[in-house]
Amino acid sequence: MNLTSIDDLTPSLFQEIISLSDRFIEVSSRPIPKVPVLRGKTLATVFYENSTRTRLSFEAAAKRLSCDTLTFNLTTSSTSKGESLQDTIQTLDAMGIDFLVIRHPLAGVARLASGWTNASVINAGDGCDEHPTQALIDCITLIQISNQLSDYDPDCQGSDWPYLKNLHIGIVGDIVHSRVARSNVRAFTRLGAKVTLVGPPTLLPSDASSWPVDITYDLDEVISQFDVVYALRFQKERIVQSLIPSLDEYIRYWGISSDRLDAMKPHCKIMHPGPINRGVELSSQAADCEKSVILRQVNNSVPVRMAVLAALSGVYVHDD
Amino acid sequence: MMTKWLGIKGGKTLVGKPGGDSKTAVTQDILIDNGVIVEVGEVIAFPPGAEVLDVQGCFVLPGFVDLHCHMREPGDEESETIHSASIAGANGGFCCVVAMPNTTPAIDGPDMVELIRSKSTSALIDVEVAGAISKAREGKALSEMNEMARLGVKIFTDDGCGVQDSRLMLSAMQYSLTSNSILAQHCEDSYLASGGHLHDGDVSSVLGVQGIPNEGEEAMAYRDILLAKKTGARLHLMHMSTQRVLEIVQQARDWGVDITCEVTPHHLSLTHESVKSLNPNLKVNPPLRTANDCHSLIEGLIKGQIDAIATDHAPHHPDKKDVPFEEASFGMLGLETAFSVVFTLLTQDKFPASPELIKPSSIDTIQALAIIQRAMSETPSKIAGVEKRHGGPIEPGRVANLAIIDPSRCWTVAANKLASKSRNTPFDGIELVGKVVHTIAKGKLVVSDGGSL
Repeated sequence: MNLTSIDDLTPSLFQEIISLSDRFIEVSSRPIPKVPVLRGKTLATVFYENSTRTRLSFEAAAKRLSCDTLTFNLTTSSTSKGESLQDTIQTLDAMGIDFLVIRHPLAGVARLASGWTNASVINAGDGCDEHPTQALIDCITLIQISNQLSDYDPDCQGSDWPYLKNLHIGIVGDIVHSRVARSNVRAFTRLGAKVTLVGPPTLLPSDASSWPVDITYDLDEVISQFDVVYALRFQKERIVQSLIPSLDEYIRYWGISSDRLDAMKPHCKIMHPGPINRGVELSSQAADCEKSVILRQVNNSVPVRMAVLAALSGVYVHDD
Repeated sequence: MMTKWLGIKGGKTLVGKPGGDSKTAVTQDILIDNGVIVEVGEVIAFPPGAEVLDVQGCFVLPGFVDLHCHMREPGDEESETIHSASIAGANGGFCCVVAMPNTTPAIDGPDMVELIRSKSTSALIDVEVAGAISKAREGKALSEMNEMARLGVKIFTDDGCGVQDSRLMLSAMQYSLTSNSILAQHCEDSYLASGGHLHDGDVSSVLGVQGIPNEGEEAMAYRDILLAKKTGARLHLMHMSTQRVLEIVQQARDWGVDITCEVTPHHLSLTHESVKSLNPNLKVNPPLRTANDCHSLIEGLIKGQIDAIATDHAPHHPDKKDVPFEEASFGMLGLETAFSVVFTLLTQDKFPASPELIKPSSIDTIQALAIIQRAMSETPSKIAGVEKRHGGPIEPGRVANLAIIDPSRCWTVAANKLASKSRNTPFDGIELVGKVVHTIAKGKLVVSDGGSL
């Protein structure tokens, strides 16, 4: 089984990952946080873009499940000698791997790679397309704290599918270039949340008519309605591309500043996929205040990825 | 040795005003002597020893003329050669193709024209040469258009990209008047299109892949129409892909601009919905647009607003296509599927690759073939200036360039069975209705029973 997109998840697999995550959070809190679930299996990480955090998180998840890991290093590999993607994947496949974790700057590469290997392919980010494990981490983080999130009856949330019903999540920033946003729109809406995308028109998708979301340019008009503000990383490259005139102007209109913290609902939570540009999309005050659940997202990253590996390998079968 | 007599028995031909879609089917035998049609009649007593094709139930059309074909020679013979493209063309019923000048080096002067001419002598079908508008297709300085026109070049284009510099395009149009040549534009504003890989719309937004907006094509079409109006030059718009370009063309006609236009089979029959798969064989420029655009183009074809169906046959070696979508080259094969795609699209309730398309209106076999005969043979032969040899009428004294069609034959496209050296068809595995069964090109039977000889 592969995880190239949130759309790959059947409802039962989605629920299985959610329930397995709980189990592996418990495992991770043990003095010896290691279980023999995937003993004898091999996981390869192939990253065509630098992302030490995501790669280490997958490798830690594998190791805690007693799965062997291989790291494909681009700078010393044959790719720098011109080897094609297909040849690289097929070579790894021939070595006998069970999981292929791939990150690539181009959309659709995880799906493409799944045609070249029998291993379970996990998309660790493909261009601006998807980053499904980040979305799962974010969903599970929200489920854990959902009883703190709403003015509504807490019993109506977090206990049953769809776990995020009645929540209003605002995703703020560079939507068009964000694979995190694309995976999270899919995941949050499948879990019943209402999603509003906020950003400058130059950084919003040109035609989101088929997305089940609201869209606005004006953060101040909507910020008081959100139960969750999900800030995306702003890349300075967008200024060079003339999509944004200046960093200051971006911060003034779309940054989560202290003033905007005051405008949020009292229980509103702040999320971010990391790494944060402090003082840009989030002021330091916003990143560190009691509303922020960013560290909780980070803490969940290894257990959730353990759950993904275990669920995809089919070692756990849900009873119901 | 082949006999000098070739008879075609029992086929139907479409008779009516050339360039029009109102035609009737007449069963006629045809006798060809040494490559030239010598007799057309209800029942011909074929001379003894004549090779006779019995084509009852089939239609005999004047062979197709493709205004837009990338033959890749010289420079990229791994993906196609003039010879392999000519076999592919013959398989698709084409008896003449116009070779695009974006070869390496580009066809931008008389020497290159002569080189292509000499390489084309062994081709199964006639090859016409289009010359580049600018030297090396760099969009900076005019090519020696008159020198090429003197050698018979009638169409000039920088296809592969549009001429970005408006002042150069104005000069090219003014200068083209000296040879009465046609300037064929690949309409694309490179600023708007740059970095894009598929149509800019909800599919590109969902995929997170940068889109190519309609407006890049429409803006250049409009600019060139204004320049053609000013200069009186002959303008041909290539591979139109949007509803609005067609509207702009209609407006230009109202203004009296000398304009013609073409559409490809894939822009008629495929939409950006299919690109959700990120199959690199669906990557093409201009990109596959919306169902609404397809519907408008199909309607425009039926109404006669679109002069020609051209393939934009663009072979690419698998090394350029078996890669991530954003790294893949733009372009699709077209010669071997063009007729069947258009015929299936016009006559069947659903086009199998595009469930999102709605059948335009009730079109029967004869109406569909009449449209095809006009848009794939009669009109393009005039645009390419080859009407003495191509585009019919099928009558004594003309060189035999004929495509024989079985309208009821169903077949499934198999990329690995195509005659092209490349495999990048978007129709692999698709079942189509109607097939070219025999092709007679340059007076010779070159394809028989659906296979090249």
